[in-house]
Amino acid sequence: MKEVLLPRARPSRWVEFGFQGLSILMALLFTTLVLLMAGAPPIEAYRQVLEGAFGSLKRATDILVAWVPLMLVTSGLLLTFTAGLWNIGVEGQIVLGAIAATGLMRALQETSLPPSLILILAMAAGMVGGAAWASLVGLLKIYGGVHEIFGGLGLNFVATTMILWLIFGPWKRPGIGSMSGTEPFPEHLWLPVFPGLRLSPWALLLALLSVALVYVLLRNTYFGLRLKAIGKNIRAAHRLGVPTARYLLLALLGCGAMAGLAGAIQVTAVYHRLIPPISSGYGYLGLLVAMLANYRVSWSVPVAFFFAALNIGSIQLPITLKLDSTLSGVMQGALVLFVLLMQGARARWRSKPVTEQGDDA
Amino acid sequence: MTPEWIFGLAGVLAAAAPLLIAVIGETFSERAGVVNLSVNGAMLLAAMAGFAVAVRTGSLELGFFAGVVIGALMALVVAFASLTLRQSQVAVGLVLALLGRDLAYFLGNPFMGMPGPRVGALPIPVLKDLPVLGPLLFQQSPVVYISLITVALAWVWIFRTRPGLVLRGVGERPPAAFVRGVPVTRVRYGYTVLGGALVGFAGAAYTLDLKGGWQGPISGIDGIGWIVLAITIFGGWHPVRGAFGALLFALLQWLSLVLQPRLPGIPSQVLNVAPFPLMIFALLLTNLGNTEWVQTALSRLPESSRRFALRVLHSLQVSPPAALGTVFEEE
Repeated sequence: MKEVLLPRARPSRWVEFGFQGLSILMALLFTTLVLLMAGAPPIEAYRQVLEGAFGSLKRATDILVAWVPLMLVTSGLLLTFTAGLWNIGVEGQIVLGAIAATGLMRALQETSLPPSLILILAMAAGMVGGAAWASLVGLLKIYGGVHEIFGGLGLNFVATTMILWLIFGPWKRPGIGSMSGTEPFPEHLWLPVFPGLRLSPWALLLALLSVALVYVLLRNTYFGLRLKAIGKNIRAAHRLGVPTARYLLLALLGCGAMAGLAGAIQVTAVYHRLIPPISSGYGYLGLLVAMLANYRVSWSVPVAFFFAALNIGSIQLPITLKLDSTLSGVMQGALVLFVLLMQGARARWRSKPVTEQGDDA
Repeated sequence: MTPEWIFGLAGVLAAAAPLLIAVIGETFSERAGVVNLSVNGAMLLAAMAGFAVAVRTGSLELGFFAGVVIGALMALVVAFASLTLRQSQVAVGLVLALLGRDLAYFLGNPFMGMPGPRVGALPIPVLKDLPVLGPLLFQQSPVVYISLITVALAWVWIFRTRPGLVLRGVGERPPAAFVRGVPVTRVRYGYTVLGGALVGFAGAAYTLDLKGGWQGPISGIDGIGWIVLAITIFGGWHPVRGAFGALLFALLQWLSLVLQPRLPGIPSQVLNVAPFPLMIFALLLTNLGNTEWVQTALSRLPESSRRFALRVLHSLQVSPPAALGTVFEEE
């Protein structure tokens, strides 16, 4: 007699919903406790976050301003996650994209080239910069045996320092370098925005294109199929003749290019200069989005929007309630944590151990 | 007169102390087969909580206790999620690493820059007056003594006791341990929580001893947790080799500080970030011998130099506990 895990009959849709709802409820309970510990009125804090996110049309479109880089990063991460890679280095890939775009714009801003061409080149430079940084992670993993988590994290810290070095060194503002970043670019080199808003239609278009591209790549192409095979079982894929090293590198390059594009957009459309927190932590946040969306392209779109809304909604908290704006990070992290825990609980509940009788199953 | 470099080295020991304790903690956890990736978040949250409790109660002991509880609780979540709920250790650890950091910054906001109690030096009578060894080893803070004792105890425990044998068995061949009557999952729970408690203690040591105070995002603690994980690997899951790695790391950081005025061409930010390329380089050294291209390259070398290269690579090479990161289904 042997105990094995056998799936029970599929639980009803209501049970599934129940588990999802329960994890959201637990995340909310956790954040409420944290707010109480901080001595803040929870209901008022939640109201402020909602107000901050959806209080006006301008704020609601600001959510999209944050959604664009987050979605670009998440799209890229879906490629690396599909290949079974933990591309934590995505944060540094955003930064290098921003650095490369800034470098190119600095080199070309005095020339007579048309601004639109300079902006297009800056986007391309961002993609190249991000991809190059991602390739380091890939080469370290494939030829050095360094796990991508450590390679990526180390390079993240290097990338952040590179910005500090640039704004206090070679790219410092006339006079004295400061944390406020490099000298802002002239207005004709800003990515055009909707009148009166901070949202750029071009940035929005690029984000939508990247989601569509990854969706098609993973769903309808041979490339996507092979990537999935690698993610499921890299050894089996290798034995079946998939050039695994090349595909891992390609996934990383694709992710790096999208993250780099996000960095270039932050420079050209949002900040118009290079600042130390140029990545806004969207790399780490993208990892959480992909996890919460259960690594699905279609779900990651609304999840990224929701997370962007929490970020925008928390910006005013230091002023209105004297709370740190990292509250959004606490909510996002708690949500992903409880969803992961509930997923496990649900799987356990579904596959109750059954005593197996007889000699073959 | 004691030469100045002795005090420098004493400073290296002090800087390495929390690293040592955290590396031993992670070594215990990974020896049992559980990767606890939450270290960075756990250390930050423990550092903040330890300081906050010490400020509120005026008691350093309670501060350290709070850090230990935070570390143990976060490790318990990792253990529960992976061992009982079968979720990916990497996913849960990573989420906790990010969540712990944000929680630390959110809850720690009011405590930023506050004055608070701090562990002082505790010179040991008689021994403190020894030449060289006195200032180096015996005029330190209690955290340094605790760190060195922890390393020694961990070595004895893992390699010279019966429970240590069980621990190694659980991490290497859980089925074999299980048929000998070892409750594999319970042992893993125990060591993961113990490891988390040590990590939490190390986190509290930063704000209560080494750095003295909580400065929020500029406390200079963010990132250390990842270094701890890297040193655990570099140390080959051996407490003494891990301790050596942590000391070497602290030594190199100190050297970069000392050398900074003599290297005017290199901006200070570059030296501040030096630990991270160093971390990658250390991992590169330990893993290079395992990669395919190095092995093919070596096979082309002439016999004499090949043997030398192999010996160098082997001395650096480490292999993880065989069941690291896997789940064992008790039947």
